[in-house]
Amino acid sequence: MIDKFVHSVADALEGIKDGATILVGGFGAVGQANHLIDGLIDRGLRDLTVVANNAGYGQIGLARLLQLRRVRKIICSFPRIAGSTSFEDLYRAGEIELEVVPQGTLAERLRAAGAGIPAFFTATAAGTDLAKGKETREINGRSYVLENALYGDVALVEAWRADRWGNLVYRESGRNFNPVMATAAALTIVQTQHLAELGEIDPETIVTPGIFVNRVVHIPYGDPML
Amino acid sequence: MKSENNFGKWTPLDRGGLARRVAQDIPEGWYVNLGVGVPTQVADHVPQGREVVFHSENGILGLGPAPMADKIDRWLVNAGKQYVTLVRGGSFFHHADSFTMIRGRHLDLCVLGAFEVAQNGDLANWSTATPGAAPAVGGAMDLAVGAKRLWVVMDHTTKDGRPKLLRKCTYPLTAPACVSRVYTSLAVLDVVPEGFRVVEMVPGLSFNELQARTEAQLVQGDANGGK
Repeated sequence: MIDKFVHSVADALEGIKDGATILVGGFGAVGQANHLIDGLIDRGLRDLTVVANNAGYGQIGLARLLQLRRVRKIICSFPRIAGSTSFEDLYRAGEIELEVVPQGTLAERLRAAGAGIPAFFTATAAGTDLAKGKETREINGRSYVLENALYGDVALVEAWRADRWGNLVYRESGRNFNPVMATAAALTIVQTQHLAELGEIDPETIVTPGIFVNRVVHIPYGDPML
Repeated sequence: MKSENNFGKWTPLDRGGLARRVAQDIPEGWYVNLGVGVPTQVADHVPQGREVVFHSENGILGLGPAPMADKIDRWLVNAGKQYVTLVRGGSFFHHADSFTMIRGRHLDLCVLGAFEVAQNGDLANWSTATPGAAPAVGGAMDLAVGAKRLWVVMDHTTKDGRPKLLRKCTYPLTAPACVSRVYTSLAVLDVVPEGFRVVEMVPGLSFNELQARTEAQLVQGDANGGK
């Protein structure tokens, strides 16, 4: 019997090593697997590369991981922590490396990784500072930048409901990067608010089919924190 | 705010007035992404009964107005991380699909704020290149190259009176030659090969007065109002 459920956050994170590249879903305070991120802290992991849209929220989860100096490099579109200057402080002190990626390029680099596409051309960032040092090409009279796929060792995903095969649905704007990151990592770990029996989630509405998911842990914490 | 000077008297549009002015020009049926700040307010001024579908980068079509304080849904935020609502017919999708809509030229319009716009349509709205500051771009570069039309809404000059409509941007570009129209607190201007063509000015303001507050080359609108 296939059963991707594990009993604890510690079990869910088993095997992750220092220096790993971790894809972290979420946008603002919504749809971020904070309990799994706290688990990275508890595991004592360091020297991580984190891929996320923002640099966390408040003093929890990703923001705390950064503040504890566990992250060597962050790849994101908008490296700010709402309600805190702790990212800017780390950055100014030279204690964290930053790769700023336009939000759509970030999503597409992850999608490409999940789809087996090593690189692609995009008009985004052509003719700007963010294209410096990158290969560019004119195609049909327009300028494009070559961007590489972005692979994760691990993806941390937050779902609304999950079954034991790892089929997932999300809640409202909590979906954001989660389904894309789920496809782009060697090990995809999910925290879910709710459990479903196999067959209970309407097949027409499953957003992430279980093939992309390795482990699921049930964490019914309620609504996103402010 | 009433401006008085050597030439005459006029009233610049305030933020609400500017948002209302932009909203007038959005026809029924368009799919529209609104940037943070004044652009977000445009949604509040679309005339009743006109169906315009608003898009948010974080996976929403059919954004509705801000909820009442006791009706907040913590799972529903816009790209500016403000609580929003969903209208009937709205939908949710993931980030790669959201930016397929943006980068694949499916949006009819994007409305953004700006630090500077150049007369060739260059846009600078993501970085002031402050030394030591961490750069942050969000979805601005994707929206600038991807939407079918890009309108900018902003004050005509900076708070200390420096022009924002320039011959050439001084801040790092968001994208080259992407802006088609600019709504400022003083005028509506189209980007044309000769410079910014003045489509409309606030009442009481003359072309020469507007040019005096603009570094870029202005050209007079045509007899039909330039629309």
